[in-house]
Amino acid sequence: MSGADAPGAAAREGPGGALPAAAAAGIGILPGAAAAPADRWYPWRRAAEAGLAPIAALLAAFAAFAVFLLLLDKSPAEFLDLVWRGAFGSWFSLQNTLQRAAPLLLTALCVAIPARLGLVIIGGEAAVALGGLAAVAAALPVLGGPALLVWLVMAAAGAAAGALWIGLAGWLRARRGVNETIASLVLAYVGLAPFNHLVEGLLRDPASLNKPSTFGIGDALMLPALPGTDLHPGLLAGLAACVLSWVLISRTATGFAARVTGGNLRAAQLQGLPVQKLMIGACLLGGGFAGLAGMIEVAAVHGRANASLIAGYGWSGILIAFLSRHNPLAIIPMAVLLGGIGAAGGLLQRRMDMPDATVMVLQGFIFVAILASDTLLGRHPWFQPRRAES
Amino acid sequence: MTTRHDLSRRSLLQGVALTAPALALGVTGPARAATTTIGFIYVGPKDDYGYNQAHAEAAAVLKKMKDIRLVEEEKVAETADVERTMESMIRLDGASLIFPTSFGYFDPYMLRMAAKYPKVQFRHCGGLWTKDKHPMNTGSYFGYIGMGQYLNGVVAAHATKTKKLGFVAAKPIPQVLVNINSFAMGARSVDPSITVQVIFTGEWSMPVKEAEATNSLAGQGVDVVTCHVDGPKVVIETAERRGMFTCGYHADQSRLAPKGYLTGAEWNWIKVYSDFAEGMKAGKAPGNFVRGGLSDGFVKMSAYGPAVPAAAKARAEAVKAEIMKGGFAAFTGPLKDNKGTTVLPAGKALPETAVELESTNWLVEGVIGAIA
Amino acid sequence: MDAITTVLVAMLGGALRVSTPFLFVSLGECLTERAGRINLGNEGVMVFGAMIAYATSYETGSPWLGVLVAAGCGMLIGGLHGLVCGMRGVNDVAMGIAIMLAGTGLAFFFGKPYVQPSAPLLPNIPLGGWADSPQLQNALAVSPLFFLGLAGAFAMAWMFRATRMGLRIRIVGESEDAARALGLPVERMRFLATAAGSGLAGIGGAFLSLCYPASWNEGLSSGQGLMAVALVVFARWNPVHCITAALLFGAAGALGPSLQTIGITWGYYLFYAAPYAVTLAILVATVQPGRTLKGMPGELSIGR
Repeated sequence: MSGADAPGAAAREGPGGALPAAAAAGIGILPGAAAAPADRWYPWRRAAEAGLAPIAALLAAFAAFAVFLLLLDKSPAEFLDLVWRGAFGSWFSLQNTLQRAAPLLLTALCVAIPARLGLVIIGGEAAVALGGLAAVAAALPVLGGPALLVWLVMAAAGAAAGALWIGLAGWLRARRGVNETIASLVLAYVGLAPFNHLVEGLLRDPASLNKPSTFGIGDALMLPALPGTDLHPGLLAGLAACVLSWVLISRTATGFAARVTGGNLRAAQLQGLPVQKLMIGACLLGGGFAGLAGMIEVAAVHGRANASLIAGYGWSGILIAFLSRHNPLAIIPMAVLLGGIGAAGGLLQRRMDMPDATVMVLQGFIFVAILASDTLLGRHPWFQPRRAES
Repeated sequence: MTTRHDLSRRSLLQGVALTAPALALGVTGPARAATTTIGFIYVGPKDDYGYNQAHAEAAAVLKKMKDIRLVEEEKVAETADVERTMESMIRLDGASLIFPTSFGYFDPYMLRMAAKYPKVQFRHCGGLWTKDKHPMNTGSYFGYIGMGQYLNGVVAAHATKTKKLGFVAAKPIPQVLVNINSFAMGARSVDPSITVQVIFTGEWSMPVKEAEATNSLAGQGVDVVTCHVDGPKVVIETAERRGMFTCGYHADQSRLAPKGYLTGAEWNWIKVYSDFAEGMKAGKAPGNFVRGGLSDGFVKMSAYGPAVPAAAKARAEAVKAEIMKGGFAAFTGPLKDNKGTTVLPAGKALPETAVELESTNWLVEGVIGAIA
Repeated sequence: MDAITTVLVAMLGGALRVSTPFLFVSLGECLTERAGRINLGNEGVMVFGAMIAYATSYETGSPWLGVLVAAGCGMLIGGLHGLVCGMRGVNDVAMGIAIMLAGTGLAFFFGKPYVQPSAPLLPNIPLGGWADSPQLQNALAVSPLFFLGLAGAFAMAWMFRATRMGLRIRIVGESEDAARALGLPVERMRFLATAAGSGLAGIGGAFLSLCYPASWNEGLSSGQGLMAVALVVFARWNPVHCITAALLFGAAGALGPSLQTIGITWGYYLFYAAPYAVTLAILVATVQPGRTLKGMPGELSIGR
């Protein structure tokens, strides 16, 4: 973020980049927005710029990876064919991709929402695990109740646990001045300890012999698949959360205040915005989404809480959030991209006899390229706002 | 004891013939039916010098067999990921037999896929399959490796000078506890004054902690060490450097400890998988409940290392011969756990096939340590 | 020995064994951050360094060459991070995570053939010859890299305090405007500081595979590179304090296993989390609300 004060940065979205100027440029019906300039097409050009840069980067990453493959005497054409077939080429593959993307939508929000206030939270992993654990713990006493009630209780408990954990990092930052990046990272490690301790101790189902797990919620209470698909409702929850978060950030007074804070903390304080409350609130909300991801994993996939909840969704969420420049709507395609690479990974191992790490290398190439492409934003004058012609 | 191939042996090839047309819709070219496609799924890297490698080495032998096509995927998480991998193997590769080799793949992931693809055979390593409870296109196979650890203990008892043995364990689950108890019983059958110090690392693969645990054991005066973690490489190498003796686990680690390696309890999955493959050629699905120990060739012992005294070899070979005869029971009453509670009354004995062992939740007398 | 002595000796040994990678990677991170940039990618650098050091040692028979190659590769990967983060508008936290992924992926990809072989290792220096107890002797068998790390820490502290270059790095990290006003090449200095820092992280990785636990496999690094960021805060961006931080982390890491050997077996997960909990507690206890951390470089993105 060292370049946030560089020319052109004002028009950029991102931590520290979501400035009032961008709002004033007419992206929405915002309170306090100045009269919009007459450049009606600027928002569209800006969106085009935001879309074109990562696509170009994606192509560059694939090109670089093709060279990597050629050096290893593997066929890039076969590789691309397999990626397509494994990730998007058939209804089965597409579902595979979407299923993998589902938890990532929520864990990415855990990073993206606080980032709009300039907070970098990297502790989603523990929030997912604790959310899943809390969901099971809350469900156990009410297992006899109607399914809808149990699900609501689980969702509330899961979200609350995640919110508490990330909210703690936010509180430490807002009230105690502890850096939230480091606090959330350390909390991620700290949080997994009681998780493991409880799963293998107090909450353990004695019948879960060789894979220590909590008591299960039972097949009857598992979230059903969406009709006609294998997709679980977590995908819908993730999509809804992304859309709602976008509305919150871009279309409400609170969201505006948050972006002002993210753009310039000092200015926000001078204007009397409730900076501390906003920070804690954003962390609570983001953590709540990560906790919800844990609850959905339990209710739709595992049926119980165990070490399977620690699957790296929290870490992947960080990358997706940054790739989408913390825009909740952009999280959707980025999560699908990552899900697709994961879905194709198995096929690559099986058909091309390449190690599992191939996918990590490809992801590394893609992420480095897309993040580096951020530097292209705001460079070409065609994409910039123009003065109204009189 | 015998290898049990329970119950109805479904015609696997018939199943494949029925499945193939149904799958052809929307499937991008699965292998045609002449060859059988078998899928192997591993939870860790194939070359971990341990659990996954033991399976992958056996799979590599299968791969060379005629009319068999092998598809493998490593480092597949015990989450929805493994369901997708199984499904992808079935739909994109045309796999008709799948071996999800990690314990955690069984419930609910493999069971869910088995219900969805009733024509595909699933065989899970870990021994969880129960008749009438689980579908017939699923099954489980496992080896009684506890007796290998018992023999490890017998040899370790001869090598130790301090009478303190050590065990680096991942998690206090029944499979691990049976191994710890068997190791202790074997050692204490030679010298009842021997103790076994156990350290749990809490993770299946965490090299720094495994090394620290081994060093802690060395610091305690322990001079023979064995382990139950996914990859024993670090434990064995660290112990060798500390001048300790080692007993291997999962696979042959003698190359890692040329001086101190005594012997080791190894899986011999080649036997299991080639039995399955032979059966399939004859048109038979693998058994649903397949188990075996040393006498069935499911488990084997590493060759004795140079440090093993002749007396130890003689004793171990005698015990091994006893085990091979069948019916040998390492756990015989009266037996107490390490808290003093009687876990086995006088007159009762638990051979390796005993179902009670599969829910072991105690550490036998002589083991220092506790289940969290 | 009584129980408490056993644990203390084990913690001393653990501190000396486990701390070195923490020391190198936190020194590297310290250098990078003093120039105003953060590098979470050092986790990937460590993993790659561990792999390449082990592979080099195996192929050439020389572990010291392995250390050198690891440092060189670390500088290359760090250089990439430095280069990309130097471009306007690129976020260094996110790029660090991408570099972590790329470095780890490349290490696993190329490291497959080196899991099985045993490579020549760096020998330890036995400092415990005077001690009677073999435990103490063993605890005091210390890797030469540990001393290299100590020397590096003091050298870096001296550089920051007393040299022109150190002063320039500090200015670049403290205030970009001031640095530009003085005509300092801000981006080039940050690039060099990032590359050099990752070179140190690469040596930390080499320690993992060639000294302790002295083996190459995919589970080798368990977040030491990420925790370096916390360690540097802990050390208040002072290289000498990095030593204390790394030793404390090492000792705390040895606590779990050694407590089990004296019969404290309850809740080992909680003991294993001790280093992290201690870090958090110290952070919370020492930070003053409303003030930035003492010693924190002004240009650091995480400080804003």
